[in-house]
Amino acid sequence: MTTETDVCENVYQYVEKWKDEEGNLIMILHAIQNQYGYVPREVAMKLSELLGVKLARIYEVITFYHYFRLHPPGKHNVSVCLGTACYLKGAATLLTEVKNRLGVQEGETTADRKYHLDVVRCIGCCGMSPAMVVDGETHGKVKTSDLDGILNVKAQKESL
Amino acid sequence: MKKFSLADLNAVVAENGASNAGGWIRVGCDTGGVAAGAEKVYRVLKEEVEKAGLSVRVIRVGSLGFSFADPLVEIQVEGMPRILYGQMTEEVARRVVPEHVLGKRLLDGHVVATRERGQKLNGKVTHVLVKDTGSPTGKTEELAFSSLIEKLQSGGVDGQIQVVKALDMGIYGRGVVLQVLPSAVTYTHVLTQDLPLIKQRTLMEGQVVEDLLCKDKDKQVRIVLRNCGSVDPESLEDCLCHRGYQALKKVLFESTPEKVIEELKASGLRGRGGAGFPTWLKWKLTRESEADPDKTGINQRYVICNADEGDPGAFMDRSVLESDPHAVLEGMIIAGYAMGASKGYFYIRAEYPLAIARVQKAIDQAREAGLLGDNILGGNFSFEAKVRLGAGAFVCGEETALIASIEGKRGSPSPRPPYPSVRGLWGRPTAINNVETLANVPAILDRGGAWYAQYGTEKSRGTKVFAVTGKVRHAQLVEVPMGVSLREIVFDICGGVFDDRDIKAVQTGGPSGGVIPENHLDTPVSYESLQQLGSIMGSGGMLIMDQNDCMVDVAKFYLKFCMDESCGKCAPCRVGGYQMLQLLDKISRGRGGEEDIIQIMRICQGMQKASLCALGQTAPNPVLSTLRYFEPEYRAYIEGGTSYARKMAKMLAGGGAVQEG
Repeated sequence: MTTETDVCENVYQYVEKWKDEEGNLIMILHAIQNQYGYVPREVAMKLSELLGVKLARIYEVITFYHYFRLHPPGKHNVSVCLGTACYLKGAATLLTEVKNRLGVQEGETTADRKYHLDVVRCIGCCGMSPAMVVDGETHGKVKTSDLDGILNVKAQKESL
Repeated sequence: MKKFSLADLNAVVAENGASNAGGWIRVGCDTGGVAAGAEKVYRVLKEEVEKAGLSVRVIRVGSLGFSFADPLVEIQVEGMPRILYGQMTEEVARRVVPEHVLGKRLLDGHVVATRERGQKLNGKVTHVLVKDTGSPTGKTEELAFSSLIEKLQSGGVDGQIQVVKALDMGIYGRGVVLQVLPSAVTYTHVLTQDLPLIKQRTLMEGQVVEDLLCKDKDKQVRIVLRNCGSVDPESLEDCLCHRGYQALKKVLFESTPEKVIEELKASGLRGRGGAGFPTWLKWKLTRESEADPDKTGINQRYVICNADEGDPGAFMDRSVLESDPHAVLEGMIIAGYAMGASKGYFYIRAEYPLAIARVQKAIDQAREAGLLGDNILGGNFSFEAKVRLGAGAFVCGEETALIASIEGKRGSPSPRPPYPSVRGLWGRPTAINNVETLANVPAILDRGGAWYAQYGTEKSRGTKVFAVTGKVRHAQLVEVPMGVSLREIVFDICGGVFDDRDIKAVQTGGPSGGVIPENHLDTPVSYESLQQLGSIMGSGGMLIMDQNDCMVDVAKFYLKFCMDESCGKCAPCRVGGYQMLQLLDKISRGRGGEEDIIQIMRICQGMQKASLCALGQTAPNPVLSTLRYFEPEYRAYIEGGTSYARKMAKMLAGGGAVQEG
């Protein structure tokens, strides 16, 4: 659990790095999200103070762009690609299957906070549709029978 | 690396050319390749080469284009023809050194044959590739494959000439195809009775059998993709050996900004992001616009490379950025020189981490070598480039929204005029160019605008890269001169529909485009011809659809995408799009009526005329296009009611190619 000071320390770092760069807001938000997995409210408030940008403007940006999250994600991030090529190759069915197995809708985290499910619009792996990304690792030509393997391997690795 | 002067640049090129002598192995490590396991294959190959103590260079390259055969490995070693292998696993990779490099024997079943078709034999035949490509009627010809190989090998040629099955020949529906190496003379429709003749004339006497000879030229012309798959994208030296920065050198020391714009005009290059605006004109207008000084006092203009590539199903830009980032950077610097801009930004979507990393590395390397920054190559021109990320908003591919995004605001478009070339980023003249457009620029300046203009049609000069995916047999990146027909791209180059199914339509232009039915597939590809058919060129995504795809569902899919991505600023898009989606949904649940189609058409008109930006203006395209060519499918839902809708929903859920297991 990071304390208030830890949170501030990191934000100071990012602002220090980016403060003289024009067009820095989204870049700083990416750095924050990479670290925390989402943009915590305290961090947004600190950022507003340090950059001299109104908090409302920062939230305007965070809520507009799909990439940024307002809530902590699950331990494992599952993204199913719903781009056209993947859609034509049955990604919608794949997504339904993933939803059933995890018991959540897109954009939600499982109750035990283990998995977070997202839908992406095209990661550019159209040659291997349908594709999904789990914890940054891309899986292509996914069949429903592969899902157990893909989802459980992660859980097993942890318990070792 | 020290900063280059002109002389240094030439010296590096000369030096490195020599060191390529020992042979090389290139592993396709773009995102698609890596997802298929290319990194593991790379490690295995490096290990094996080191173990055997060979002086063969093993390098990572970008996309070789044949996505259907990832992971791909290309090999050039002494005593063997240059070979491309596909579907390489770690196990197969372990066999490369002992069998291919040392044993001089091809790996059976993995060769992706060259598309160059030799017309005569130059030297002794060393290897023969065979593939049964099926017949155009769908029935395979009377030829037992194994006996073919036996027949070829028996009687004196066994052991001297190796016969293997190829993974892919780039030829489809022409029976048994044979290719002899190294000359790449290719025979099609080979029958059992032809074998003795081939053995005698070709394998033993070194003569071509005219009747069987395939005279087709490779339809692809790789200009944008010229270095993709050959160059190590993370090595500046390697890029320099592939004519990297030669164009920049010429431009800075032998030309003027006006001459550069003239050369672009002669080439006829039009924006490859989809709108097709003449590139030379955009640069000229930006150059002629008054520029405000920035805080350092410089009259500032900007170049932006639009690498947002939001169209789902398109991966051309991702491939170019991951495979040849220096070419795009060089194009940007030249653009800056031509229009009097000293700063450039790469706006890359956040979903492309490898592209982001490689572009940043290219920028760092170029800066270190004096190819970027103050006084480039010791001359008078200075240019700085930076990377800025997107954050998952499709609308930020639109010029004014992209500018807002870099400025740290929500990505809402603004009315034009004023166009970015007059008032863009931070109120200053800005030219925004697509990745593919910029990648063309060094080639055009290197070889001349007239050279580029020889390709393509009168109004659409040059080549275009397409990402062909969907229900296609072989999904891949294709670069063809404008004017090649859709049928040629889908059938001749990509092998038609997978499983030999019947094609229903080709969708171009992503969510802003339309569907083109089977009877229009002979249309040559160009900006004008696709527009006339009710679609657009778009960024280059090309989706193949078969009889199992429901056009109403496709229209709904694209419209839902547009509505998810709509910024919400203007009512025609925000309200119109939403209401139209409700009506489409109603129809697809079997509860629609005739009046709903009329209402949909009205909303389409409204959105086209009154939306603020191209997202809203083109969101109706898929709906209009599917109504134009596939109205019966809409009628079927209206007349069939809920029972028909239930039947269709079941078919769609089960009919996608996701296999239950």
